[in-house]
Amino acid sequence: MRAFTKITSLVMPLDRANVDTDAIIPKQFLKSIRRAGFGPYLFDEWRYLDRGEPEMDCTNRPLNKDFVLNQSQYQNAEILLTRENFGCGSSREHAPWALEDYGFRAIIAPSFADIFYNNCFKNGLLPIVLNAEVVDSLFKKVTDGYQLTVDLATQKITTPDAMSIDFVIDADRKHRLLNGLDDIALTLQQADKIKEYETKRAKQAPWLFTA
Amino acid sequence: MAGQTLYDKLWQDHVVSTHEDGSALIYIDRQLVHEVTSPQAFDGLRLAGRKLWRQARNLAVADHNVPTIDRDKGIADPIAKLQVETLDKNCAEFGITEFDMGDVRQGIVHVIGPEQGATLPGMTVVCGDSHTSTHGASAALAFGIGTSEVEHAMATQCLVQKKSKNMLIKVNGHVGKGITAKDIVLAIIGKIGTAGGTGYAIEFAGEAIAALSMEGRMTVCNMAIEAGARTGLIAVDDITIDYYRNRPFSPKAEHWDMAVKAWSNLHSDADALFDKVVELDATAIKPQVTWGTSPELVVAVDECVPNPVDESDSVKRDSMIRALEYMGLQAGQAITDIKIDKVFIGSCTNSRIEDLRAAAEVAKGKSKAENVKQVLIVPGSGLVKLQAEQEGLDKIFIEAGFEWRDPGCSMCLAMNADRLEAGERCASTSNRNFEGRQGYGGRTHLVSPAMAAAAAIAGHFVDVTRISGGN
Ligand code: SF4
Repeated sequence: MRAFTKITSLVMPLDRANVDTDAIIPKQFLKSIRRAGFGPYLFDEWRYLDRGEPEMDCTNRPLNKDFVLNQSQYQNAEILLTRENFGCGSSREHAPWALEDYGFRAIIAPSFADIFYNNCFKNGLLPIVLNAEVVDSLFKKVTDGYQLTVDLATQKITTPDAMSIDFVIDADRKHRLLNGLDDIALTLQQADKIKEYETKRAKQAPWLFTA
Repeated sequence: MAGQTLYDKLWQDHVVSTHEDGSALIYIDRQLVHEVTSPQAFDGLRLAGRKLWRQARNLAVADHNVPTIDRDKGIADPIAKLQVETLDKNCAEFGITEFDMGDVRQGIVHVIGPEQGATLPGMTVVCGDSHTSTHGASAALAFGIGTSEVEHAMATQCLVQKKSKNMLIKVNGHVGKGITAKDIVLAIIGKIGTAGGTGYAIEFAGEAIAALSMEGRMTVCNMAIEAGARTGLIAVDDITIDYYRNRPFSPKAEHWDMAVKAWSNLHSDADALFDKVVELDATAIKPQVTWGTSPELVVAVDECVPNPVDESDSVKRDSMIRALEYMGLQAGQAITDIKIDKVFIGSCTNSRIEDLRAAAEVAKGKSKAENVKQVLIVPGSGLVKLQAEQEGLDKIFIEAGFEWRDPGCSMCLAMNADRLEAGERCASTSNRNFEGRQGYGGRTHLVSPAMAAAAAIAGHFVDVTRISGGN
């Protein structure tokens, strides 16, 4: 997994609440058995005027010019600013895969759906929860060329006028993300504890260990 | 010290180790696997040269992409076909039991788990699917995970998790005649909102919940995720234990007796403390119909489409305006005046035998309305289908002009050929009414199976509790 330390980037404002994972990456793209290549289909139904199909070449598709992803001033933004309950709906990890593949590294919102929030950390994406008023004030400021700096180590966002906003994140998640650590390898370091648990549990609930 | 909640007990039983920041390594008793969220997990294992920690704790089935008609001809869409074949191949390579497309036990992952006794009370259950909350109906700690976690659970039989907060939703009193589990859960979501349960494990309790069959309880827990909670739970009682007696994967002989004894402790202690308690009056719940593009945009069938002008919160108001536009509805329009084009009865919310019986009771001796183009009845599993046919339900449906299909997710998410065309309006027993969920540009209204069948016959929404045949 790609580590996340510090970025300075343009901010793309997506002014909608309850953006669900079907909107982030529509289901027809879930037929892919690959993990990469979802970026061109990110927000497919909002972004293009035609219907997207898996493996379609997107270079000549008609664009919805009103949608923020297609507006020139936000190109190459690595920070997405959005509203409450972002990523609700299905557990599809294709949603963070698509956001990451497109080029986003951090998402700022007043709240995230639990599964989506969790999935972000497995993919080098940093979801940042800020209170709704702060998010609102950022929405008001985001215009051409507005950049934020996100520093995971210090848990700070710095605005162009040198204001600094703190954010909260679990120590464990932070550590993994800062170092780009493989979760499975870390858990397997505790193999003895897992086996110990199994031995104890098999006595209490043997029916769980019959096959 | 206060007693423990059901969630606390289940959590405690599965802690392998705790980490400094309060997260814990949790042992997973059962993983259900399907074709959409697993291929990248198997690839990850192969790349790292890892094996499954305990093969036998994984059970696989293809459900999202499978056709519900002419199954013997195979899958026409080459990309979907490759995904299903990839699951078959991966299961063979890694030694996982799979119910393939030709197996009578095949069906929607959340229907077959309980049906087979593969998901049991007291277990931790995961699946790369958000509706894994369904299995909490039997007091299993069940939650949806992403593909990285699918791979993690396969390789280690564990997951690193943070404990959720405890929420109790008490539905007091009894529902009226014709009011179902679906109406209860939609009313709950209408009350607490789609993010109301975020960060919580929700336990559903109260007389109205205790009175539900296991099927009904699964419907309620299924939609816990639509209220934002990864986990929905219902305490074990005699209904739970009777349901699991003699299921293929249920414990046998002395293990059964041991299990029943252990399961009888799977309830919240009387003095347990919850972080949040929400109460609803069951007697006030009417048949529910969603009108927008989020399950919280729901009203009773005898109400009208709400007016965004009445909403004070500007973010909510904007989403209401957008929803009205997408749904092609006018504020103030009576729900019963909304005409529909298609009906879908199925999905892991409402495709069990009880759901089909409720729909058949309404449809018996009647025919679908002229303006209704298609009514799909998609049983949740091959065994549900068989049972329904033994009861003659298929004939009732076919005589009413409905289509009797093979099991799968079907038009719940329209990954296979079953879908809405742009602008079409559907009465659906599934769980999500998001934009494009049932097909690009399609419009979904979530309802109970009886309400869906009644709408199929009338051609528009009707209050099923006011027509003859509604139970
Ligand atoms: S029936 Fe629908 S909600 Fe349930 S698992 Fe299938 S696609 Fe998901």
